[in-house]
Amino acid sequence: MISAAPRHLRQPYDVVVVGAGPAGMAAAIGAKEGGADGVLIIDREREAGGILPQCIHAGFGLHHFKEELTGPEYAQRFLGQLLTHDIEVLTDAYVLDINPEQQLKVMSPHFGVTILDSRAVVLAMGARERTRGAIRIPGQRPAGVMTAGFAQKLVNIGGYLPGKRVAILGSGDIGLIMARRLVLEGAEVVGVFEIMPHANGLNRNIVQCLHDFGTPLYLSTTVAFVHGFSRVEKVTVAPVDAHFNVLADQGWDVPCDTLLLSIGLIPENELSRRLRLRLDPVTGGPVVSSTMETSRDGVFACGNVVHIHDLADFVSQESFLAGRSAGAYASGYKSLSDNIRLIPGENVRYCVPHTIASEREHTVYLRVTRPMQACNLRLGTVYQRPLRYAFPGEMVTIKVKPSFLERFHGEALKIDIWPRQGDEP
Amino acid sequence: MSERYRYHHYLCIGCPLGCRLELEAEAEDIVEVRGFACRRGEEFAIQEHTDPRRVLTTTVRVTGGVWSRLPVKTAGAISKGQLLPLCRALHQLTLAAPVKLGEVVLIDALGTGIDVVATRDLPRA
Repeated sequence: MISAAPRHLRQPYDVVVVGAGPAGMAAAIGAKEGGADGVLIIDREREAGGILPQCIHAGFGLHHFKEELTGPEYAQRFLGQLLTHDIEVLTDAYVLDINPEQQLKVMSPHFGVTILDSRAVVLAMGARERTRGAIRIPGQRPAGVMTAGFAQKLVNIGGYLPGKRVAILGSGDIGLIMARRLVLEGAEVVGVFEIMPHANGLNRNIVQCLHDFGTPLYLSTTVAFVHGFSRVEKVTVAPVDAHFNVLADQGWDVPCDTLLLSIGLIPENELSRRLRLRLDPVTGGPVVSSTMETSRDGVFACGNVVHIHDLADFVSQESFLAGRSAGAYASGYKSLSDNIRLIPGENVRYCVPHTIASEREHTVYLRVTRPMQACNLRLGTVYQRPLRYAFPGEMVTIKVKPSFLERFHGEALKIDIWPRQGDEP
Repeated sequence: MSERYRYHHYLCIGCPLGCRLELEAEAEDIVEVRGFACRRGEEFAIQEHTDPRRVLTTTVRVTGGVWSRLPVKTAGAISKGQLLPLCRALHQLTLAAPVKLGEVVLIDALGTGIDVVATRDLPRA
């Protein structure tokens, strides 16, 4: 699975992809299919695959391959496709900068610092985890406080157990998956604490990662203090009120030696900022068109760098599109620009892409602000459909068909989601 | 009457949709399953009611490879109660790289008739 570095670099490449995770691998394949000739993926890790090699659990591929695979299996299928598509992968390499002329400054042990020319760039840097500093948990600063994904890498790749008695803050999927992993590896998980009144991860993970092993989930509860001098000795947890104020007098101490944080992901957009791309303040990622093109011509973006996805399958789907668009752009084909803006309306936190074209079919991804049962999704006045439920933890997708827009001549469409028995105007 | 009919609630883990399933049982007999969006949901509720099973994914120690752990899974679902015993059995195992995806790591795990297989290629360092 370790990819060999290209022996020499081309000048220029048709498409250079930054990041070899699920997004970057699919984008590179898409670029080839879109007509690009020389396609290079650059990744800072030792092997391609991004987060997939450490996600040893099943649940991947149900959409894309129509069968359930583990993360490493999903990665290996894509790696095989990279080989058959003659895509070059440069690992152990870091993209330091990209300029508006599509030149990348790359650093690697093999090539030193080099400038690479490309006709199109795909940004697929993914996301990194929020850390203790991001939510400023009060307390001492002992060893043993780490992000859930880092613990996952320690356990699944390095073979280290990060602790014996573990508390987990945040009920995101990585935290839930790690709760099960640690129990299976012989650690005790004392509980998962979630500040929101609802769990953040998928329901299936609540069942098979917590219920199966009797691990308790405390909702509307957070870690109020971390105790310990050289190592975590205990955490104080406490319920929160409706405004997330900690109710310290109702708190209790939980002895543990490790605190895992599963408190969200931040799209990794340093390069997007260097390029001065327009960013969406809600997603933290670039504003993208229906072809996944950013605010700069020839620069495309896909995967978690644009917005945080629930499933690698959705990342792959979005990234094939970004790659195909980049491949077409590099071959000189310019698609018609979008003519309709999408605006997140009632109960909708954000939607991606930010614009669509009335003559093509689109998949629009969105997230709701709060859990709702039996609701209606409305796309302006042109389309509506009922949803059985909508949870902030589960992305909602809409297929927008040209037929919806035949009689629409406006400039923007608002997307709203209302509970059916709700206070709809 | 109400004594005889029992309602059991399960959350389907077949896919991320997470259907909320209701199984109605009369003593030992399953009367009806409701709330599923596909066939797998109905099958899951019946399986979960009679003999809950899971596919186990874990890692095994490996020497001489690019990484020190090899991800593995059971080739099929095993009884929930056997998850932890099987993990303990796998802790006793040490493999040598290289390993190929799909290679059998443990035959007939704990007498379940189900093999434990590698889920990736792990080349030599």
